[in-house]
Amino acid sequence: MDWSIVGKAALVLSGLSLVFGALLAIASIKFAVETDPRVDQVLEVLMGTNCGACGYPGCQVAAEAVVEGKAPVDVCLAGGPGTAEAVAEVMGVEAKTREMGVALVHCKGGLAESPPRARYQGIDSCAAADKIAGGGKACDYGCLGLGTCKDVCPVNAIRITRDHRRWVNRGRCTGCELCIEVCPRNLIEIVPRKQNVLVMCTNKDKGRKAREVCTVCCIACKKCEKVCEFEAITVKDNRVFIDYEKCTQCGKCIDVCPNNVIVRVVPRKSRSTKPKADADA
Amino acid sequence: MGWVRNLQRELFTKGGVHPPSNKIAATMKIFPGPYPETVVIPLSQHIGAPCEPLVEIHDRVLIGQKIGDSEAYVSAPVHSSVSGEVTGIIEYHHPTGVEVLSVQILSDGMNEVHPSVEPLGDPMEMTPQEIRKHIRRGGIVGLGGATFPTHVKLAPPEDKQIELVIINGAECEPYLTGDHRMMVERGEDIIEGARVIQRAVGAERIVVAIERNKPDAISVMKEIGDEYGFEVAVLPARYPMGAEKTLIKGITGREVPSGGLPMDVGVLVDNVGTAAAIYDLFYEGMPLVDRVLTVAGDGVAGHANLRIKVGTLVRDVIDFCGGLVGEPGKVILGGPMMGLAQYSTSVPVIKGTSGIVVLRGETVWKREPGHFVCIRCVLCVRRCPMNLMPYLIGSYSDAGMWEELETLNINDCVECGCCAYKCPTKNPLVQLIKVGKEGMARQQKKMEELTEALDKE
Amino acid sequence: MPREKPGGKGSKGKDRKPELLHIGVSPHVRGRNTTTSIMGWVIVALLPLTAYSIYIGGLSTVVVILMSVTGAVVTEAAIQRMRHVKVSIGDLSAVVTGLLLALTLPPELPFWMPLAGGVVAIALGKQVFGGLGHNIFNPALVGRAVLFISYSKYMSTSWLTDPRALMVKTQAIESINAVTGATPLATMGHVREGELTIQASRYYGPLLFGNPWGCIGEVSAILIVVGLVVLLIKGLVDWRIPVGYVGTVMLLSWALGMDPLFAMLSGGLLLGACFMATDYVTNPMTPWGKLVFSVGCGCITVVLRFYSNLPEGVMFAILVMNGFTPLIDRYLRPRAFGHKGLVKQV
Repeated sequence: MDWSIVGKAALVLSGLSLVFGALLAIASIKFAVETDPRVDQVLEVLMGTNCGACGYPGCQVAAEAVVEGKAPVDVCLAGGPGTAEAVAEVMGVEAKTREMGVALVHCKGGLAESPPRARYQGIDSCAAADKIAGGGKACDYGCLGLGTCKDVCPVNAIRITRDHRRWVNRGRCTGCELCIEVCPRNLIEIVPRKQNVLVMCTNKDKGRKAREVCTVCCIACKKCEKVCEFEAITVKDNRVFIDYEKCTQCGKCIDVCPNNVIVRVVPRKSRSTKPKADADA
Repeated sequence: MGWVRNLQRELFTKGGVHPPSNKIAATMKIFPGPYPETVVIPLSQHIGAPCEPLVEIHDRVLIGQKIGDSEAYVSAPVHSSVSGEVTGIIEYHHPTGVEVLSVQILSDGMNEVHPSVEPLGDPMEMTPQEIRKHIRRGGIVGLGGATFPTHVKLAPPEDKQIELVIINGAECEPYLTGDHRMMVERGEDIIEGARVIQRAVGAERIVVAIERNKPDAISVMKEIGDEYGFEVAVLPARYPMGAEKTLIKGITGREVPSGGLPMDVGVLVDNVGTAAAIYDLFYEGMPLVDRVLTVAGDGVAGHANLRIKVGTLVRDVIDFCGGLVGEPGKVILGGPMMGLAQYSTSVPVIKGTSGIVVLRGETVWKREPGHFVCIRCVLCVRRCPMNLMPYLIGSYSDAGMWEELETLNINDCVECGCCAYKCPTKNPLVQLIKVGKEGMARQQKKMEELTEALDKE
Repeated sequence: MPREKPGGKGSKGKDRKPELLHIGVSPHVRGRNTTTSIMGWVIVALLPLTAYSIYIGGLSTVVVILMSVTGAVVTEAAIQRMRHVKVSIGDLSAVVTGLLLALTLPPELPFWMPLAGGVVAIALGKQVFGGLGHNIFNPALVGRAVLFISYSKYMSTSWLTDPRALMVKTQAIESINAVTGATPLATMGHVREGELTIQASRYYGPLLFGNPWGCIGEVSAILIVVGLVVLLIKGLVDWRIPVGYVGTVMLLSWALGMDPLFAMLSGGLLLGACFMATDYVTNPMTPWGKLVFSVGCGCITVVLRFYSNLPEGVMFAILVMNGFTPLIDRYLRPRAFGHKGLVKQV
């Protein structure tokens, strides 16, 4: 083999790379676009999942908005207070964290409690299934369990078991509200984090009709309304509403509820001691 | 030489599929259906405004008595199909899967006819306005399945001249044979009804469209045609030949413009069942209280073409035919390509129910993927009668890219199901298209609101 | 035996719950074709050709085919296992890829080469893009291209040496009166440069019924066409691609002074046009797009055949046009029913 050819090729190529490298270096200095370094720093501490919960089309844009002062430091809903603090540190301002709620799916009925009336076959999307005779779910108000909310959750806080029971991991949920819109049955609500006593049914039918389709439904018996000493509970349209301002988490309503529709969420730690209680909501 | 025909089909035809026709009931005479003990007559059996009930609980009603009507123009009244006592005005299952206000009537078995039911006189001497008024009063809607109120269809705007009335006897859906039998047994009535339609819109010609696989109907209609002076168009047997747009293209060569109606090309299409119902209305005075439908499928004991009273529960009809056989899989109202699967057999037959097809559990396709899986075989593009690109629409719809769907003309889709029928990975393409149409409409509304809000600022 | 009614008020609680009905969007009946059946029919269409090539080539051909298919299938399974997706070797698409790759290889390759080709075809041609339906380039041709570039000496000389092949060879040589080890197309290249004088028409017989010089799948043009007819009858390929491709090559070759029939029969053109260019995933989706694609393939093939160092250009032509497919798809959409104009542009 003629090694001189190799030598020439190496020479030419390295010469070319030198020239182009120099050109690029000059260009990067001369035509540099002024960017605030803080954008990159903010971007680094944001969640980086581009979930869109903040209303900006991606984390990059959100970071730019924060630096330009158009968005508050707690712009990242998915990140929660921790991220807000980190952003505030980058921006050199006081972190003003807002009270973040957690998501709650207002339905307790899985496949066992609310047996289906037909077998649905089609795409795995609650909104699509809802259009076809309620996706086979006998209850017109309950959760279909196909997991559209799970799919949009940026922090994987929602879990749906095989028998269509769902759990919201309160530790992970940041209250970003993305799941609220996608639920065709409007079952998801953001409740204050301190709220432990929760209603798990939205069925508006009368008791008898509701009981036909589900064993853990609200039958609007109003016992909870009567037992509540703080006037925190109202029954309207056969549905139970808790006023989270007035509620003291005393739990008397839980004891009187005949169908166990009102539950108390216990923190994860005590799960081992009380295996029967609902660890998550 | 099946493979020669196959090759010819693959090379030279575009759009449409050939599902196994299973028209076993094609040789069976139309038989009067069961006399049900109870009927549940929904007050919304048509496209348009639902009716208000005109009767109250414990009222006695007679056959042909109006029990629901609406003030709205696009609507059709509802009549009682039995004589008996109203036992309830309740929210009840409807074939579309929702619950609608319905009148429940307990039949007294007398089958007494309401005094208002008597021949209306010679329609050939009536003005078009009078004909339309009678048709509205008779509660007649398109019996092919779309249930669009016929009096609205017969009133085209002034600038649209209808020159051709097509009486649709193509019946391209598998299993269904009701229209076929109607043409064989009631050919002259259909033509009398068609002439009423012709008079109402002032059309020049009538064409009866029949698929090639119904030779007896073709010969009967040709014979009558020579007498009355109308044409019979023999169409190739291919699904969806009977869909309005493909039918018009097949007979006249004209394409209904996107977003337009058949009247835009001077054509009016009505089902043979509608024409026969119009005959019954004018010459016997009977409003639309019953319809011919086919009971078929491997999940039901006997196949039959039955004349069923509107409001009869599907399970009564199935029992009348000998009950279910084997593990029931799907109960479909309408044909298997476009019909509605029911979750319960206690739904009533409505004006638009052209068949009850029961498929066994083992014949129902169960392995549908939950998400969009495409191997880009383009069988869907090649089979689409509307020249759309279903695989692209499906993938955009699955991804929620609503804006892109408009460039793919998703609203031209007639949801015939050819794409999903042919899809090798069994994607639920029609469902994805339906979701896409809704998503796009929602998106457009959102954008309009946004622009309005911006304009205000 | 009558059974209790499902659902509704009519159902009476017997010893077991009535079966639930199925609900879903129409159509409620589905065609019988599945991915497996489609791939199965492609294999059936390739069977006569494969069988005949084994008859002529003997053991070495069997080894190449087996190695290539094994490489493809094992790689598919392994990568799908690694990606934690469902292992879908049952749909036979990897078998088709392996078989097609083998048919484009010379029969006397060392055994590890088709194996490596199969691995590369699936790994780099298909799975890196996300599996079936997502690849840009025809996987079998990707595998062949890698082998062709890496081992070009083997790829252009490993023609048959087995006794039966030698017999065919002698017969063929007798009929064309030339002693040469090159493929017919390469020979004609020499003819064009005035180094040899052979009438192209003398090659017709061997090319149609038994061609010993060339890849496994080039043994018989007749059997390739038989395979194409099978696919056309089953409605699995669009006639526009083979017709447009072969037609373009014949027309341009004729214009450039080559016998058009020879241009059609020789080289990998028929195999490429009938089985490679028609690969579902990598050709355009629309009728007009398919025509543009096939004409483009034809033009590039002729340019490569006449004006490049390579004797054959089918492989690179198809790969290049595969790259243009998304663009063609974007700009040539079918005219939807009720819309004006020939094609709708975005």
